[in-house]
Amino acid sequence: MAARLRAPGIPRAGLFLVLGTLFCAGIVLAVRALYGFPIAKGGSGLDFTTATQNGILMLSLLIAPIWFLIGLGAFDYWFYWAAGKKTRPEDHSGHGARSWKDYFRVNTDHKVIGIQYVCTSFFFMLVGGLLAMMVRAELAAPGKQFVDADAYNGLFSVHASLMIFLFIIPVFAGLANFVLPLMIGAPDMAFPRLNALSFWMLPIAGIMMTCSFFAPGGSFATGWTAYAPLSTDAPIGQMFFTIGVQFAGASSIATALNFLVTIITMRAPGMSFWRMPLLVWANFSTSLLVVIATPFIAASQFFVLLDYALGFKFFVPERGGDVLMYQHVFWFYSHPAVYIMMLPGFGIISEVISVKSRKPIFGYRMMAFSLLAIVLLGFTVWAHHMFVSGMQDWIRIPMMVTTAIIAVPTGIKIFSWLATLWKGVLHLDTPMLWALGFLTMFTLGGISGVVLAMVPMDIYVSDTYFIVAHIHYVLYGGSLFTIYAGVYYWFPKMTGRMFDERLGKLHFWLTFVSFNATFGPMHLIGVEGMPRRVADYAEQFAGWNLFISLSSFVLGLSTLVFVYNMVASWRGGPRAVANPWRALTLEWQVSSPPPIFNFDNVPTVVGGPYEYGVPDAVHGIFKPAEEARPKLPAGAQSAEGHEGV
Amino acid sequence: MSDQPPASRESRAQVRQMLLIGAIASIVGIALALWIDWFPVPGSEQAGPIDTLWDVLLIASVPIFVLVETIVLYCAIKFRMRPGEELKDGPPIHGNTRLEIIWTAIPAILLVGLCTYAFLVLRDVEAKASDPVKVRVVGQQFAWTFYYRVGGKEVASPQLYVPINRQVEFTLQSKDVLHDFWVPSFRIKKDAVPGLNVTYRVTPNRLGEYAIVCAELCGLGHSTMRGTAHVLTQAAYDAQIKKLAAGPSQAPPAQGGANGKALFTSSGCNGCHTLKDAGASGTTGPDLDNVLKGKDPAFIKTSIVNPNAEIAQGFSAGIMPGNFGTTLSGAEIDALVKYLSDVTKGG
Repeated sequence: MAARLRAPGIPRAGLFLVLGTLFCAGIVLAVRALYGFPIAKGGSGLDFTTATQNGILMLSLLIAPIWFLIGLGAFDYWFYWAAGKKTRPEDHSGHGARSWKDYFRVNTDHKVIGIQYVCTSFFFMLVGGLLAMMVRAELAAPGKQFVDADAYNGLFSVHASLMIFLFIIPVFAGLANFVLPLMIGAPDMAFPRLNALSFWMLPIAGIMMTCSFFAPGGSFATGWTAYAPLSTDAPIGQMFFTIGVQFAGASSIATALNFLVTIITMRAPGMSFWRMPLLVWANFSTSLLVVIATPFIAASQFFVLLDYALGFKFFVPERGGDVLMYQHVFWFYSHPAVYIMMLPGFGIISEVISVKSRKPIFGYRMMAFSLLAIVLLGFTVWAHHMFVSGMQDWIRIPMMVTTAIIAVPTGIKIFSWLATLWKGVLHLDTPMLWALGFLTMFTLGGISGVVLAMVPMDIYVSDTYFIVAHIHYVLYGGSLFTIYAGVYYWFPKMTGRMFDERLGKLHFWLTFVSFNATFGPMHLIGVEGMPRRVADYAEQFAGWNLFISLSSFVLGLSTLVFVYNMVASWRGGPRAVANPWRALTLEWQVSSPPPIFNFDNVPTVVGGPYEYGVPDAVHGIFKPAEEARPKLPAGAQSAEGHEGV
Repeated sequence: MSDQPPASRESRAQVRQMLLIGAIASIVGIALALWIDWFPVPGSEQAGPIDTLWDVLLIASVPIFVLVETIVLYCAIKFRMRPGEELKDGPPIHGNTRLEIIWTAIPAILLVGLCTYAFLVLRDVEAKASDPVKVRVVGQQFAWTFYYRVGGKEVASPQLYVPINRQVEFTLQSKDVLHDFWVPSFRIKKDAVPGLNVTYRVTPNRLGEYAIVCAELCGLGHSTMRGTAHVLTQAAYDAQIKKLAAGPSQAPPAQGGANGKALFTSSGCNGCHTLKDAGASGTTGPDLDNVLKGKDPAFIKTSIVNPNAEIAQGFSAGIMPGNFGTTLSGAEIDALVKYLSDVTKGG
């Protein structure tokens, strides 16, 4: 036992968590004693006052997870290095997974980390989905069903926070973690140990947000937006969001840096930027957004933390604070975050549509440029979330124009995908169905986005169910459909097994129909005047709400088909061949699952990634670079350089 | 652009066929979208331009949506892999500069056009008339109070009264957290922000009573933060304001239970509290059948006027509005106290 507690791993992490909490308690008690604040009720003993308890809890939320990570062994290598002890530069003991236990330790293999990411985020997706089911059960009829107003506010707040910070953002990072190094012909990510650390911050954030329900006074209940001053004046559960977001954000930033360095420095010989698959382009763009924007949400939540814990009065107008400032800083992250949650999906769709239509992606360079255009424009639209916030009126017009214009690069992508379909040989299997479902549903979400950009319209429908409909068409019909497409598409590569195609199709059709039945009518009740984030509503909305709730239960059940398919196929599905989709990109040129260091021979890239239909086209070959160099010198007319038919 | 490939005639026919299907579907879609009765009853001059903007947006949106759906469905049916085509690839088309320019330019022009129109609508609905009726709207958890300036002093009202066909300027303020003052029938909403005076104007043009909704999450009782806006004729409005200004002493003497019971509901107490006698089952605040059992009238009065003086077990301070001392008259409060005391006495 003692040996297990000394070796890195979950047992030592648990021990360190306890030590970390005691450490925080010690600091709080010492500081309160020094300032002469009361510590315990009645002056002595362990019956701490509420302020003391809250102080210990808050500091522990902030500090104890770092102890946990140290206990887990995430910092061991760096500590050895810093202490001048002998490190093992070529030690690959942290690579690969031989049993399920290897997924529960610090593992530096990008393929293992990718699977850790995907499984963890789907776990929190199921938790968040369960909360959504409870929200819909409460809303099935007007009046109170089974939760009170406070619990209800908690349900939708934790639902949204988990889905955004613990599911959509990290699941894309997870898929890219697995696929991206393979796609660019790299043996791993640029910083494998940082990669492991990024992953392990994620369950911390997720467990923290989920556990907020056990906090005295209930979970955080101010929405995922946590607007001040409601959030600075809430029960202690709010801090589980405020601090949880810091860990999710730090994880995101570290991963994005890792992607940027990996993409810039570790591409295989011959892979110029214009030969990168669009998934790589998409993650390059996303990582730019993450690195620039995510510090802003960290700042906004630190403002709340300091106001809450230490009385800094950032948001108290009587003391010179500014309530609107929170919203500006928050949305300066959270609008780009919408693209953080969408661009990697665009990348997935480009892969799937090109392979499954057996055609090159239409307008490859415009596809890449439009990603970059979205990155730039994405930073200029944040205040469209604030048209009714009481900010200066003049800001609304430029924000309306930029918001409308960002639909242009998005439109270019949609039309290019449609043109890729045109005259192809469409393999309508599960990944492709999700991709086509995405095209149709995301278009609707994009259109309602343009409607919302129009200031007078937004003034009327903001904070109504129209917004709820819009965000779910964008994040569910948009992002989640692309995630499903990606998970089915790379499932054979990740697990070495094939999924059940019939269950996959059943999953798609059940989800597609019940998704529309759930979120479609929300447009109607929104414009009719039903506000969002309410536990109770007027009698006139009762009919549609019952219909929506029933549809949402079907939607919830359809997810179980997916979970069953994934679990059963992973355990006992038929073995997958290396390249079941006959794709050209590099990840399909190695075995399924890939060898422990990805490529036994370093690949050399000699052509574009999507040359389907070009006779004898190859993207990469596994020969030494000298032999593999294409006949034409670099920069001359090459297959992917053609513009026009 | 290279020369037209030989298959281009067949391709043209396919595009024509698809455009025809798309055009028919668009017309049906637009007709359906315009047929739906989307909005609540329009109650202000601002509603007209906004509802028209919605229709225009529908007319512009439906064809784009239908275009995408039609192409996806058409491709899925026409170009799906047939048996024997498992190893076949499509034609290696890499792009088409002319097409790409078209689908960049047309949406850009359309969007700039829509923005221009939206800007004109915004200017229209925010046009300021001279001499508006001014109402100060104060939000607090979880109630609205409306202040009118009559003569030299300000009078408070728990309900909103506005005259018809005159522009009203609301100045929104908040005592605690963000709220959002919204009368769906008037179409306009804005947040009440602590530390700021946020204003907007509407011109009610239809007599009647309309729901007031708080649209910004403001805590526990957010879904109960409702009120009523009364649009009155100028004469009725003047009379109402006069009545408010004359003060609460004019209210008829309390008739014991009946009046108190009516007040319990009209003041919104039932939104948050449970009280069997009034058929109320709110759970945001304490169950009055329990917490008021055996309490004396003085305690009940303090609990209404100054709710934070004593907080029931399991509830937090600052949840119940603290403005009932202002919005209810002395006589009304006494009636309410008497009623509550009577119905909770026996237990």
